Amino acid sequence: MDELTTDCGLPVARLYGPGAQHGPIGDPGEFPYTRGNFAGGYRDRLWTFRQYSGFGTAEESNERYRYLLSQGGTGLSVALDLPTQCGYDSDDPEFEEETGRVGVALDTLADAEILFDEIPLDQISTSFTINGTAAIVLALYVAVGELQGVPRAKLRGTIQNDILKEYTSRGTWIWPPKPSLRLIADTIEFCAAEVPHFNAISVAGAHFRDAGANAAQEMALTLQDGVTYCDEVVARGRMTIDEFAPQISFFFYTHGDFFEEIAKYRAGRRRWATIVNERYGAQNPKSAMFRFGVVCGGASLYAPQAQNNRIRVAYEAMASVLGGVQSMFTAAWDEPFALPTEDSTTFALRTQQILAHETGVTRTVDPLGGSYFVEALTDAMEERLIAIMAELENQGGMVAAIESGYVQGLIAQEAYRHQIALEAGERVVVGVNRFAGDELPPDTQGYELDEKNRERQLERLAHVKRTRDADRVRTTLAELQAGAKVDDCNLMPLLIDCVKAYCTVGEMVSVLKDVWGEFTQPVSF
Amino acid sequence: MARILMAKPGLDGHDRGIKVVSLALRDAGFEVIYTGIRKRPAAIAATAIQEDVDAIGLSILSGAHLGLTRKVLAELESRGAADIPVIVGGTIPVGDVRLLREAGAAAVFSTGSTIPDLVQGVRDVIAARWAGVPA
Repeated sequence: MDELTTDCGLPVARLYGPGAQHGPIGDPGEFPYTRGNFAGGYRDRLWTFRQYSGFGTAEESNERYRYLLSQGGTGLSVALDLPTQCGYDSDDPEFEEETGRVGVALDTLADAEILFDEIPLDQISTSFTINGTAAIVLALYVAVGELQGVPRAKLRGTIQNDILKEYTSRGTWIWPPKPSLRLIADTIEFCAAEVPHFNAISVAGAHFRDAGANAAQEMALTLQDGVTYCDEVVARGRMTIDEFAPQISFFFYTHGDFFEEIAKYRAGRRRWATIVNERYGAQNPKSAMFRFGVVCGGASLYAPQAQNNRIRVAYEAMASVLGGVQSMFTAAWDEPFALPTEDSTTFALRTQQILAHETGVTRTVDPLGGSYFVEALTDAMEERLIAIMAELENQGGMVAAIESGYVQGLIAQEAYRHQIALEAGERVVVGVNRFAGDELPPDTQGYELDEKNRERQLERLAHVKRTRDADRVRTTLAELQAGAKVDDCNLMPLLIDCVKAYCTVGEMVSVLKDVWGEFTQPVSF
Repeated sequence: MARILMAKPGLDGHDRGIKVVSLALRDAGFEVIYTGIRKRPAAIAATAIQEDVDAIGLSILSGAHLGLTRKVLAELESRGAADIPVIVGGTIPVGDVRLLREAGAAAVFSTGSTIPDLVQGVRDVIAARWAGVPA
């Protein structure tokens, strides 16, 4: 009889029954959190419905955000354009094609003021997919809050702020690892001290997954990144793990292998809790909690027979909920080939609402706990995580494994294996390599920032540059540069000064490049 | 052995596709040089000339394919290397395939292309170059 496995290769038996030993489960809300972070589960609090959105100018995105909130969305998720993510301004001629294309352009505080106009920042939590320039975006958010009269202590949200996976998978790196880790540690310390309800980092496996990693690799690489960030902050000796760990969150893709995904989240939660307690001696139960958000969609969606994606996303959303997710983005079915429309985005949100309010999966906490199969698969997944993490340690830790190209090679090889299995029909995808019709896939529709909006963005930037206090710009940038040269100076207050002086993102980044240099990418496939 | 430069211009960091294609071309017997991400058009043209490649493969998933492809082609031309064929892959709308070909791309592969089609397409482009006929 053929051996069956999950997508990432964990063996699956014909039948599971009583008698097998399994790893520690505990109760929900108790170490090691296998059964979830909270004793009350979704009875006490549903996950956050958070739809990723942002395009063009601040005006257009602001309008979309207010629409999503009016439809029952409970948090914002801001997509930024690539120049903002990589630290260039909209008026940089080298990158003019990219302004406002995959997200909204933020050049100065003037853009951020418009982006959050009429959105009460003391009531809405905002998540930013931002990494290289995360500290600057946090500074912008704090400054907009102040302009709205909302104190830092009341701001809620997340900056992704996970640079390590940028070096391997997502690509919006700016500076080399050492100063980048320092800046991340600065944001973690700053949030712990002043913005207590803000997640300073969302350690993101999702991008490993989209780049080709399987479920076990995604989780293991993410946990290893999390360890690297904690090591960095702890090594400074200014904060204990309990002072900052509760503000660390995680982020993943949920793909189509239902039970594998559930086991991934249960095993990840148990592994992280164990690491935080054993490696860092955490005392606060909140420190060991593995809080995570997910995206359902991404590379698991296909353009042929695109309507099938609605069903894929719905199953993935259910797996995420049974895995104990805290925040979820369900992708629109047309995402593989278009910028989602208002209709397709609304439908994706409805998918979550039906799951939450109609299916009954929220009535009891961790309904799958104790399932012979789920517990066995959770154990098998955790063993796999331990093995992958041990190999990363063997490679000299995460930074060394990135600089040598080991991680990039691991992911690229897995992506290639996946593509070959798909084309050979070994991995069935309905409508793609089985039950395929002969209708043509829908055409890709790009979003074109219209010239008028591009001009509006450029005019606003030019206006800011004309009218701001040039002396204050020079002084704050000089102070930032001086601070960057001193290792134990926290740069967050200096960045907030720069932002309030209407320095541009590009100006702040380039001042820091002068001190820190730029990352040189190892090329590996 | 045919040599191909695989390159990612612009700021888009999605390199799953270009790496899968690079591995497939290598397995099919090509010598593959990969630039890494976020390369400037001028640097891509210079590398292609320096490495004496038979073709360039560009991968662009951000939607900025038209502008970036034109820039790479212009950089090649300004260096007297307009004979190096440029193949473009990525999330390319059907309507843009014609525009890319008109701009001078030798072939275009959109999302959903299979490995055998890609490998054959690259072979055809390179064969056409050395036979002196347009692809």
